[in-house]
Amino acid sequence: MDNTPTHQTSEPFSLEALRAGDKVEFSRLVEAYSSKLYRLALKMLDNPQDAEDILQETFIKAFRHLKTFDGRSTLSTWLYRVAANEALMLLRRKHPETVSIEEPIESEESEQEPLQIVDWCCMPEEEMLSSEGRRRLDEAIERLPHTLRVVFLLRDIEGLSTAETAEALSLSEVAVKTRLSRARLRLREDLSAYYGDRMEKLDHGA
Amino acid sequence: MAHENCRHLLGALSDYVDGEAEAAICAEIERHLAGCDNCRVVVDTLKKTVYLYHDVATETPDLPAEVRQRLYQRLNLDELLGN
Repeated sequence: MDNTPTHQTSEPFSLEALRAGDKVEFSRLVEAYSSKLYRLALKMLDNPQDAEDILQETFIKAFRHLKTFDGRSTLSTWLYRVAANEALMLLRRKHPETVSIEEPIESEESEQEPLQIVDWCCMPEEEMLSSEGRRRLDEAIERLPHTLRVVFLLRDIEGLSTAETAEALSLSEVAVKTRLSRARLRLREDLSAYYGDRMEKLDHGA
Repeated sequence: MAHENCRHLLGALSDYVDGEAEAAICAEIERHLAGCDNCRVVVDTLKKTVYLYHDVATETPDLPAEVRQRLYQRLNLDELLGN
């Protein structure tokens, strides 16, 4: 799809300056990625205080470990990796029974069989993206199991490629694709229930 | 999604909407969609779902000013705040 969020591949930062501990360069890095990393953490954790902690921890770790950053991945993938791992560790501490990102795929993420068969594609976009519509989009993400959610967030919200997401989460590309597919089918199901209902109400003049 | 054929294609739909499914699978899906209205609705609404999230994601995410300020303080970058 041509509206996929673009992902920067060429490095706009001086690795040399960053490795040398240059504060101005580091603050450029913080400026470029803090809002995205905060969005990722907030959507992973559903808690602004936790998200803020993860944001701070991510950059503290980044600052400490930049000297050993080997440049095999891009800085952005590396930052997403640090942030996602910090957030997953926090989730594991809070909900040890539900969060394990390692393969094999858990049964709770099983394939969502489509039950909602209603064509809401022709709804006006301003209706779909009304403030309530946006809230429903967010809530649907919140209902995803964490293991599917993090893959969806990195791929479809942050715009990482399959390979970058696999690297950030230490998963195989096949596992990334499987989880993305399952996440999207669940979101489709969830949104179909809401938009289908909205469409019916609009048809009846509500 | 009543018959076995539909279930069998389900796992390939995400790749299909990204334009990344293998040619043979693409052809199989398209053959199937021509004769299965339910699956066509599922594919169209799946595409729309992905489109909506991509669309919302292109907006610059909001970092609350006080979160940004505390981040810069924690990183000892406060003298650069606002740069």
